[in-house]
This record gives sequence, structure tokens and C-alpha cells, in this order.
Amino acid sequence: MSANPLLMGHPLASTENARHALLYMCRIRKFEEAVEDLFGRGMMHGTMHLSIGQEASPTGMCMALTIQDQITSTHRGHGHCIAKGADLTRMIAELLGKEIGYCGGRGGSMHIADVDTGNLGANGVVGGGIPIAAGAALASKMMKKGTVAVSFFGDGAMNEGAFHEAANLAAIWNLPMILFCENNKYGMSSSTEKAFAIDNLADRGKGYGIPGINVNGNDVVEVYEAAQIAVDRAKKGDGPTLIIAETYRWKGHSRSDKNLYRTKEEIEEWRLLDPIPKFIARAIKEKKLTQEQCDAIQQEATDAIVAAVNEAVKAKAADPAGLLDAVFKKVSA
Amino acid sequence: MSDRMLTMAEAVREAMSIAFDERPEVFLLGEDVGIYGGAFGVSGDMYHRYGSERVLDTPIAELGIVGAAVGAALSGMRPIVEIQFSDFTAQAMDQIANQAAKIHFMLGGALHVPMVLRTPQGSGTGAAAQHSQNLEPWFASVPGLKVVVPSNPADAKGLLLASIDDPNPVIFLEHKLLYKIPGRDPVPEGSERIPLGVAKVVREGKDLTIVATGIMVNKSYEVCEKLAAEGISVTLIDPRTISPLDMQPVYESVEKTGRLMVVQEGPAHAGFINEVIAQMAGSSSFGSLIAPIKRLAGMNIPIPYAPQLEKAAVPQIEDIEAAAREIVKNWR
Repeated sequence: MSANPLLMGHPLASTENARHALLYMCRIRKFEEAVEDLFGRGMMHGTMHLSIGQEASPTGMCMALTIQDQITSTHRGHGHCIAKGADLTRMIAELLGKEIGYCGGRGGSMHIADVDTGNLGANGVVGGGIPIAAGAALASKMMKKGTVAVSFFGDGAMNEGAFHEAANLAAIWNLPMILFCENNKYGMSSSTEKAFAIDNLADRGKGYGIPGINVNGNDVVEVYEAAQIAVDRAKKGDGPTLIIAETYRWKGHSRSDKNLYRTKEEIEEWRLLDPIPKFIARAIKEKKLTQEQCDAIQQEATDAIVAAVNEAVKAKAADPAGLLDAVFKKVSA
Repeated sequence: MSDRMLTMAEAVREAMSIAFDERPEVFLLGEDVGIYGGAFGVSGDMYHRYGSERVLDTPIAELGIVGAAVGAALSGMRPIVEIQFSDFTAQAMDQIANQAAKIHFMLGGALHVPMVLRTPQGSGTGAAAQHSQNLEPWFASVPGLKVVVPSNPADAKGLLLASIDDPNPVIFLEHKLLYKIPGRDPVPEGSERIPLGVAKVVREGKDLTIVATGIMVNKSYEVCEKLAAEGISVTLIDPRTISPLDMQPVYESVEKTGRLMVVQEGPAHAGFINEVIAQMAGSSSFGSLIAPIKRLAGMNIPIPYAPQLEKAAVPQIEDIEAAAREIVKNWR
């Protein structure tokens, strides 16, 4: 399965675009469900951070990007990876520790990168990718590439020094960067109410002299529209933008989470704000898709994940033989 | 052969300038590297010669600076980061140890980080505990980092050029007392590289092998000269890069001398130099030793302020001399 061309544009601009938005959100959902299933069946080891419920944010953001535009991602990074166009089989294979996995089994869920689609990698350290994206944006500016670098991170990362330092560097150097916060309300168990003394996280933008935009992170259309404004700004040379996408993770932080810090009612409320049916309703209303098309697209996503899992399961397990030689890139003579 | 005597600061600046001229993707970023010329004057006039885009002043934000260098390195540039004092790398350790060092391996080889982090280290300036450390073991214990500790201007030039060429992250530790003094050897013109991972046999003798790093190479050299006048001949080996570490010349020398002394400025406990001892202990050359291995290192204390305290904290020439004499005299 090859990477889909990006820079789709507005999710409601055409049937093709609406199809892309729905297909990618469904791919992310089905991928995460498959991961949970593989984990539950003992086929995957380590841990997992699922982004179920948050699919609209990466999908909307990446529809405003070209394949050359770069992203950095997080520990909860499957969605960013898929939205940027990564190969599903190589992703699943990585989680299963296979040789054909994106990292050859050396990185796992938290370290998938895909150079071909401009993905500089997920990250196991909260906030770790933000300064790296600033550096990618700096390189873009110095090399006059005309590309933008997007750093995805969660609300928790906004209290890391890395966020502050990178936001400031991006601002003073006027870098083509987007700081994209998926505010899913909890950094592990700490709510934003506990971890911030401000109500609106977008207000932080003012402190760096950059715009801060709030969007409904469960609405792929709204996310895309904000993303496009930020991309245009960056590519015109007007500098970085902070986007706060309000969303929610349905599942726990990771496999150890017993959801002691939130109520079942709260989770149920957010499940009603599911981004996928929301977009389906909108796309049908605006006559971009029919119900039959939507059903077919959802089935297509499921089939793609099933095919990826089947292929990945059969692939060769990663081999420890090459480990020592993998630490450094060979110095060319 | 050139007879140019440069200081280490001049040699490092020359290497950076050569790299700037050779490759448009090389740039320098750090605190006060621009018009100020660097806290220790290493970048000097480069800001005027190369402009503010390639000699990039940054705010005081070590984590952000190193992270930006990592991101730029992943995206086609070849950054040289200057961290004003090695002690401040603590602020940037996530980007150094968790990101730069691991990206190539962890991401399955898809990406690599051609970045050099240059930073002054070491005691002797009266700047006390947060501006005087020798942090080799912090970096040498992280797989994925190459670590270079030059002891003289000529090596610094060739090693820095090789470090900038290297597709992997390199930590380049410059002893600040060496910045302003010329080396023993002239610095060659031109752009010749000194490959990383090749130790240098500084002088050869038959009675004792000394392995020393950084400024301790210079101090040990003086001791070697003095002992030579008395008929004690010493082999002095400078590993130059401590990751990767080239032990072969050490084995070969110990097989001839039968005595080994290791010297570093940093604290003894869990210090880098212990790796030399460990590798020697596990080698077939171990049987050639006729004396216990002597370790000379800094005290296990933070570097103190007062001059006499600061001197007492790290090996001095007299300490090296006394230890060398003792091992040669007592073990025959």
C-alpha cells in the first residue's frame, strides 16, 4: 500500500477530499482497535498509547500538508503517522517486532518514523519532538525549501521546558513551524485544570508573540481550516502558529491505566462527540458523500488494516544479529 | 611541513572555517557565538566572515538549541552547536542522550544526526563546581554518541573536521585551559582529517605506559620529559576519541613496559578511564603487567572554588610524577 498523496485541501472541497478525510480517520480508528486486539491476545509486547477519539486532529492537520512538509509526533503517534501517509503493514510489523517494520523492531510503537512521508518520528519523551520540529523548520528556512514543520504534542507537553524553548526559538527566528497541541484533557492522570493556571491554552501563544488558535479537535473540517491558515502563514514567512485542538482520548493513557482520575460519565459524554459520525453527517448533508459511500469507505479501512495485520504477522521476526552494527551510521570512505 | 603554532581556540576556529567553506550546510549555533565571538573567543570573527545566518546567536535555552540542531541535522543541515560550558549540557541532556544518540538506531536507520556538539570543560579557572566539570563519562556511557577529547591544537583541528564529516552525533570536549596556549606541535595547513577512533602514541618508552586524556596528556608529557632525563622512559598514549576507544596501542605498549598508569581530570569513581582499566583487565595483555595498574584521577568531590582547593581536587604534574616514579621503582 503506497502512501496517499497529501495536500488534499479542504475535507469538503470534493468527494475525493471527503473520502480521504473519512478514510484516514477510519484507518486510524481501525488501526488502534487492531493494536488493542493484538495486545489483548498477547501478540504484541511492550505498551501502547491509543488515540481513539482523536482521529480528526491529525487527519485535518495533514490534509493541509505536502508530502515534503515535516512532522514530529508523540508517544501517542499512530494517528499522526497514518495521517501523514505511512504504510500500515510496516507500522503493524514494527509493533510486532518484525524485520520489515519501520524500525526493524528496534523502536516499536513509540518510535515510528517515515522519511518518505516527512515524518521525523514519534517520540517517547514528552515534548521531545518540539525542538526537533523547530530545527526542521530552521533547516527549511536556511535551505529555502518552502516547507513547514509541524510538531504534534499533547497538553502535558506544554508544561515542559522543551515547549517553551522551542516556541520561543520558532518565534524569534520566524520559523515555518506549527505547534499543534492535541488537548485531550489529561497528561496521563493530571487534568489540564490541575496542570495549568490558565483556562485557555492558546493564550500561551501571546507569551511568545505568536497567534494561538482554538479549534474543535473532533471536527476534521475545523481542524483543517485552522491548519491551512497556519500553513499559509508559515509558508509566507510570517512565522509559527500555536493551534490548540480540543479533543479527548477514550482509552486510558496506556495499558496500565485504570481510569481512576475520570468518570465513566465523562468518557461517555465524549464518546457522543465521536469525530467520525460527525464528519459522515456533515459530508452527507453537504452532498459530498452518500451513506453507501461512507459505509464502503469504513469497510475499506477495516479491510486495509486486516490485510496489514495478516501480512505483518507472517513477516520475519527481527534478528538480533545486526544490533551492534546498527548504532552508528557507517562513515562513508 | 608547516611551522604554524596555533592555540586550540584558533585551531578549532580554523577547522570550523574550513568546514564552512567546504559545505554550505554547515553552520554554528549557540549562546554568544556571534558578535561576542563566543564565551571563550572560539568563534572569534566568524560572525563577520560568514554572517548572522551561519553563525547563529541563540537565546539561553540549551535544550531548545540542541533540539533545533538535531532537527536541522535530520533535515539536511550539518550543525555545530556550542554549549558555553559543558556543565550546561545537563539542561540539554534529553536532546543529547534520548534523541540525538538514539535516533539512528531506534528509528531503524531511516534517519541520522550529523551534528557536532562542542563544549568547553575542565577546572582551573576558579569558576567552581557548576562551570568546571569533566563530563566524559556522561557521554561515553550513551551508545550512539561519539566522544572526542582533543589534547592539542593540531589534533583538535583534524578531529573536528572528521567530526563534522561524521554522519553521527559527536560530542567534542575542549579543555578550556588549552584554548589560549599553543601546542607542542605546529598545526598543519590544509584540511586533513584525523579519523575518529585512532589513538595517538605521543612518545614511546620502555618502562611505563601512561594513558591520559585531554589536558592530562600535556601534564603527563612534562613528566615524561623530566623522567627521561633521569633514564626512566615512558610511553604516553592519548586516546583522542574515547568513544570509540582504540585500545590496541595500549595493549601493545603494556606488553613492552609491563606497567600501566591511567590519568584523567574527572572524578575517579565511574570515570571514563576505568574503561581503559577494564578492557586491559580482560585482555590477553593483562599477563604482561608486572605492577598493579595505577589510577590517577580527580577527587570524588565537586570542583571547589579557592585556588589551592581547586588544585588539590585534580591531578597535578607533581602527582603524576610521584605516581610514575613510584610504580617504576616499586615494581621491577
